[in-house]
Amino acid sequence: MRLNEWEAKTLLRAQGILVPEGVRIQTPEQAAEAAVNLGGPVVIKAQVPSGRRMKAGGVRFATHADEARQVAAAFLGQDLLGFRVNEVLVEAQVPPGQELFLAVTYDDIAKTPVILASAAGGIEVEQIAKGAPAKLVHQAVDMCWPFSAYQAREVAAAMGLTGRDLMAVSDVVWRLYELFYRYDATLAEINPLVLLARNRCVALDAHIELDDDALGRHPELASEWGIRPRPSQARPPTPFEEAGARIDAADHRGVAGRVVEFDGDLGLLIGGGGASLTVFDAILGYGGHPANYCEIGGNPSVRKIRNLTQLILSRPGVRRLAVIMNVVNNTRVDLVARGVIKGIVELGLDPRDVLAVFRIPGSWEAEGIKILRHYGVPFCDRTVSLDEAARLAVERSRS
Amino acid sequence: MAILADETTRIIVQGITGREGTTLTRESLDYGARIVAGVTPGKGGASVYGVPVYDSLRQALCEHPADATIICVPPAAARDAALEALDNGLRLIVIVTERIPRRDVTEMLALARQKGVRVVGPNTLGLISPGRVKIGMVGGPAEDARRAYTPGLVAVLSRSGGMTTELANMLTQAGLGQSICVSIGGDPIVGSTFVDLLPLLEADAETKAVVIYGEPGGVQEEALADYVARQGTRLSIVAFLGGRFVDQMPGQRFGHAGVIVEGKRGSVAGKVQALRQAGIRVAEHLSEVPVLICQALALSS
Repeated sequence: MRLNEWEAKTLLRAQGILVPEGVRIQTPEQAAEAAVNLGGPVVIKAQVPSGRRMKAGGVRFATHADEARQVAAAFLGQDLLGFRVNEVLVEAQVPPGQELFLAVTYDDIAKTPVILASAAGGIEVEQIAKGAPAKLVHQAVDMCWPFSAYQAREVAAAMGLTGRDLMAVSDVVWRLYELFYRYDATLAEINPLVLLARNRCVALDAHIELDDDALGRHPELASEWGIRPRPSQARPPTPFEEAGARIDAADHRGVAGRVVEFDGDLGLLIGGGGASLTVFDAILGYGGHPANYCEIGGNPSVRKIRNLTQLILSRPGVRRLAVIMNVVNNTRVDLVARGVIKGIVELGLDPRDVLAVFRIPGSWEAEGIKILRHYGVPFCDRTVSLDEAARLAVERSRS
Repeated sequence: MAILADETTRIIVQGITGREGTTLTRESLDYGARIVAGVTPGKGGASVYGVPVYDSLRQALCEHPADATIICVPPAAARDAALEALDNGLRLIVIVTERIPRRDVTEMLALARQKGVRVVGPNTLGLISPGRVKIGMVGGPAEDARRAYTPGLVAVLSRSGGMTTELANMLTQAGLGQSICVSIGGDPIVGSTFVDLLPLLEADAETKAVVIYGEPGGVQEEALADYVARQGTRLSIVAFLGGRFVDQMPGQRFGHAGVIVEGKRGSVAGKVQALRQAGIRVAEHLSEVPVLICQALALSS
């Protein structure tokens, strides 16, 4: 789950890392009031869980309260980077200083947490890594060893810092790692961290992602900090996707999940995790226009498949449905077949017209074939590859 | 000789009385796996398909020495189960459990590395050495597994459990048997990556070729390309990558937990380029995989 900037800064502050003085507001009036209270020039930042806000125009400066009101009014209720702006952060401007980059994340090859740091912050880390990899400090953390302050000092020293700067920055490194570990973050990044006079470090912007699979053990996020769990996606779910998630959640048996809406005319019931990616590629590759992505597996119930079938077929313009899965190990072919047929028949449609292709070989395949044959629907067995099944589906969806 | 496990491997199932535990115990026993005992705290004294159940791994091992364990406990209990397995000296740990917090995963993997223990998963369907042993749900019931998997000289390493069986089935249809098929797990961090397993295949006289199934997200495929470019390999490797369309939708999650493109990192286009630069054949269409394997084997013999 990607936190908004104000949420990330709340956690940083709780961890003892300095952030600019600021107020989260929901109306232009509150923005003006905040600017008055902060006194002096402010920066106004739209709160959406996305990077590149600066480039997208989501960060603007104001010198007085009226201007703050106008900027906030321009932001609130608008869409930015695919998200509706409901909140704005008004912050005191921070004087210029050296800009540093700090992050803690996981390295999937070393399989450890890793601290990334650079004395040249303010730009994207990819650019630092590309332009001058030597400038990017990369320090793995051994999970068998208690994390200790000397490790943070090693990072600051490798950044080229000395003296009081080294002490100040290493303190932030240590606190950031503690935050990362304590809250089960998968990324905790400060960019830039501004090094001011008298060795004060201020986190100007922060990007924190929490592990979705660990949110359950952090009730304090909501109770203490007002940070509510929500699904992680690059954009808010559409009503169609929300309906898909409800169907999945209503029944614990099997998965009919990750429903994603597309604008095509060919409905898809595909699975499992890997095969659904493979089939979706193949449908596009053969010139098909998917109405949706989804992923079924783990032996879903007849009801779940029926509901998902009806959801997909309820989309305007969707006339055909392709049902394609890899050779299944524990999903029962007959249950999927029953769910699909039931869903179609209940809508008053003929399965022969609706089903472009049905390809699920594996467990209970003979029983599945019986059901499909009864309704006159052709069945593709394991000799038909996933991509061949996708080609057939595209071909038939055009007829 | 098989890698990782064979028909002589003595296996424990941690979480044996759960739904997945009972299913995979039945299936693996039917396939010929030596499951010697199970563990479910609080259910000691029970039995699952004739396999005795103990409250702790230590108690189980007193009666039934073992080499490997399959962990299929709820996510919140997975770290504890893995530590129990490591503390009791098991040499191979297969973690079926999905949705284990990443901090727990890295902690158990760090300890496993310290002890030199091989971990497969989390979020794996397990592994199968056709005709010898099946550890986990991979391939489903024994008779289904025997239909899809046949003994031979091609190894399959896959980030998707379902695609492990799909690829083995395609190879079998084309008359190509398999030496070992590993569902390495769909999580962002897994105990055995492609690069971790390649040296084992390299050292296995039976294995001549390898099929890799990759996906968007992470840099496992890039690391494999890098390894092959530096070390070379005697094996004919063919890769197929699912999820090319995900490149166009950064930040959006599809399929497995590990499937997410962050900026340019983890894109399929980047992976294909890295693999090809290392001389690894990449199939454009899934059905080309057996054809490319046949071509590669014909060239190398």
